[in-house]
Amino acid sequence: MTGSQPISKVSIVVSRGSLEGIYPGLIMANGARMEGIEANLFFTFFGLYGVLKNYNDKIRVATVGNPAMRVPSAKGLPMPTLLGAIPGMSAIATWMMNKEMEKIDIPPIPEFLEMIHDAGAGIYACKATVDMFHLTKDDFIPQMDKVLTVGEFYEQSAGGQIIFT
Amino acid sequence: MAQKQINGTTIDVNDEGYMTNHSQWNKVIAATIAEEEGITLTPAHWRVLDFIDHDFQEKGVVPGMRRMNKVGGIPTKDLYELFPNGPIKKAAKISGYPKPASCV
Repeated sequence: MTGSQPISKVSIVVSRGSLEGIYPGLIMANGARMEGIEANLFFTFFGLYGVLKNYNDKIRVATVGNPAMRVPSAKGLPMPTLLGAIPGMSAIATWMMNKEMEKIDIPPIPEFLEMIHDAGAGIYACKATVDMFHLTKDDFIPQMDKVLTVGEFYEQSAGGQIIFT
Repeated sequence: MAQKQINGTTIDVNDEGYMTNHSQWNKVIAATIAEEEGITLTPAHWRVLDFIDHDFQEKGVVPGMRRMNKVGGIPTKDLYELFPNGPIKKAAKISGYPKPASCV
């Protein structure tokens, strides 16, 4: 293991469908391309909603079961899970977070995926999930390159690092 | 702080080769830094460099990809074609501005 060997390729797995589940993978993939690192994004399980047409513009923050969540801001009071379950809470938290991201020029998910695609990263969906959810290629955004089996994903990731998010 | 000679002019640069004194920058220096990065500057490159220059004067930071798209009107694909392997980093370096400090 050589500590100073630069990273030349990453394959990032996005397995969760919440806003905080999807964005880190997108930021990492985009950041990789900006550094000249080859990048692949692989969406699986609920993470698949990140690349589903008419759904990936409605991705929300999970306000339930998130003990780190605070209101009204990151240094505010802890939000009890029961409050997080009140209708509209997730929408409000999502709205606030989107507003903050807009300020620092992090694009909305559909636009971000276009940017990542144009940057030359591969965007893939997991075959097992596609079958399980009864989806076809038409259900996906045009930037989704291909539905891959896990075996094909490993082939595609050859010679690089795999990051699971 | 390191120094570097370009066509008889001395410029101040940091460890990574980014210029630290923009007043020393000119188009000949830009072309020389670009050559070092394997890029021959064309009018399409200059459109990007001019936007960075203009935006830096206004905002004090190197614009990110989204700002390049939305405000500069320069598509992501073009940026990657013009400045391969690290578009904004390379464009910032050639423009004589600091390495971009944003994640996006």
